[in-house]
Amino acid sequence: MADDILRIRTPIGIDYTWSSGPGSVVYMRGLENGKLIGRRCPACELVYFPPRNGICPRCGVLLAAEVEVGPRGTITTFCVVNVPFLGQTIKIPYVAATILLDGADIGMQHLIQECEAADVRMGMRVEPVWKDKSEWTPSLENIRYYKPTGEPDADFDVYARHL
Amino acid sequence: MRDVAIVAYIEGQNTSATTLSPVEMIVPVVHEILNRANVQRSDIDFWCHGSCDYMTGQPFSFVSAVDALGAWPPIMESHVEMDGAWALYEAWVKIQTGEANTALVFGNGKSSAGDMNRALTLQLDPYVVAPLWPGFRSLEAMGARAAIDAGTVTERQMADVVSRSLRDAADNPNVLAYGYRDADELLDEPMTANPLRAHDCPAMADGVAAIIMTTADRALEMCDRPAWIRGIDHRIDFQNLGLRDLSRSNSAALASYHAGVTKDKVDVAELHATYSHHEIILAQSMGIDRSTTRMMPSGGALVANPLMAAGLARFGQAARQIFKGNADRAVAHAAQGACLQQNIVAVLEGN
Repeated sequence: MADDILRIRTPIGIDYTWSSGPGSVVYMRGLENGKLIGRRCPACELVYFPPRNGICPRCGVLLAAEVEVGPRGTITTFCVVNVPFLGQTIKIPYVAATILLDGADIGMQHLIQECEAADVRMGMRVEPVWKDKSEWTPSLENIRYYKPTGEPDADFDVYARHL
Repeated sequence: MRDVAIVAYIEGQNTSATTLSPVEMIVPVVHEILNRANVQRSDIDFWCHGSCDYMTGQPFSFVSAVDALGAWPPIMESHVEMDGAWALYEAWVKIQTGEANTALVFGNGKSSAGDMNRALTLQLDPYVVAPLWPGFRSLEAMGARAAIDAGTVTERQMADVVSRSLRDAADNPNVLAYGYRDADELLDEPMTANPLRAHDCPAMADGVAAIIMTTADRALEMCDRPAWIRGIDHRIDFQNLGLRDLSRSNSAALASYHAGVTKDKVDVAELHATYSHHEIILAQSMGIDRSTTRMMPSGGALVANPLMAAGLARFGQAARQIFKGNADRAVAHAAQGACLQQNIVAVLEGN
């Protein structure tokens, strides 16, 4: 009978308790209340949103002051997604962009909707479209997507050092 | 060979369940050890880290640990999916090759994030043994049973080890097991995994350990009495438990021989004995006389076991005995895998 066994499946699993760490708590609490809270590095003074692990990776120090950023921001770079994949929930083509929120020093990724993919460009000003307040959780998914504000584009100099 | 010494050791506060992220745990320890050795980040030319992704359930979780180091301008760093003691070995090799002179080595683990009795089982052969989920404690109980049956370990000896560890723990503010009890009291406790009693098993912890090591040119600038690494070696036993005699540790014996443990007296030994019977098996295999060597003055991994840091902590605690002048010759040891499968041994000397 042993000769008949050609393959076995041995699934494994462990449950984990994940804690965000105090450095990220203000960021998550902010999202829960519709606010975008970043944190400033006490050494280089850059404002991180999200405040990744509560650390400035450049300086290796704990982030300090809480800084409300956005909600508007500027597209610094973007990608037009044309490739269908399993589990895709958004109609292609769509745009994933890096958005530099006003007052932040690092870009974050989000979707751009309510405009043609071909119209998206570096420097375009965008604002968030939130889910209904009843659906808010401590997550960036509270923001459904970003859409153009219609403001004039930001000057390249404004975001040049954040690319 | 270049002369290399451990010049600083810092451990983070061991806790039973921290809400800090792993990176947040590392940052203050890195700051503190740089201060202790009175060096700048730029003085460190190699950084090496030991940790295990299975502990947090995040693939490549070690990458985020680099955030704790202030890696700008770019640094030279590496990682081992092992206890930090193996990161120390990599750093030692790096220094021997001349590619680095001063290394900061750290190990960290958050044991509270998941079921470590299960997670540690994933070190086993993935095809035949690991899918059975034997549980790490049960495997160690098998090892203890094998040693008792072979007559190399007795339950009384195990209780004596625990009793001494609890006594020493009273002098160490960074432990998670408290309250001295003598061997008779301990032997009255029920077995939880025959022949192990609860106190034969380690006090699991979340923690960080960090070491700075450097060459002869700079060691005395960073430390009044450096702990010189006079020998270091690591060896591995078969992965297949059925092919091993679990009542002894062949790889610990080999590593000890090649590190030169028995060439001279051993004042202090910090062995990474996470279960009480390990200490007895290791001392026998390594040629350490427990009646003349001061065993684990820190209380050892039994009283605080921050996974992936506890082995490096043995190197740090052994070095501390040299720093303080309590010992001229100390043995540091770390183990990994089930039933002492992998062992690294170093001889540290003050002169």
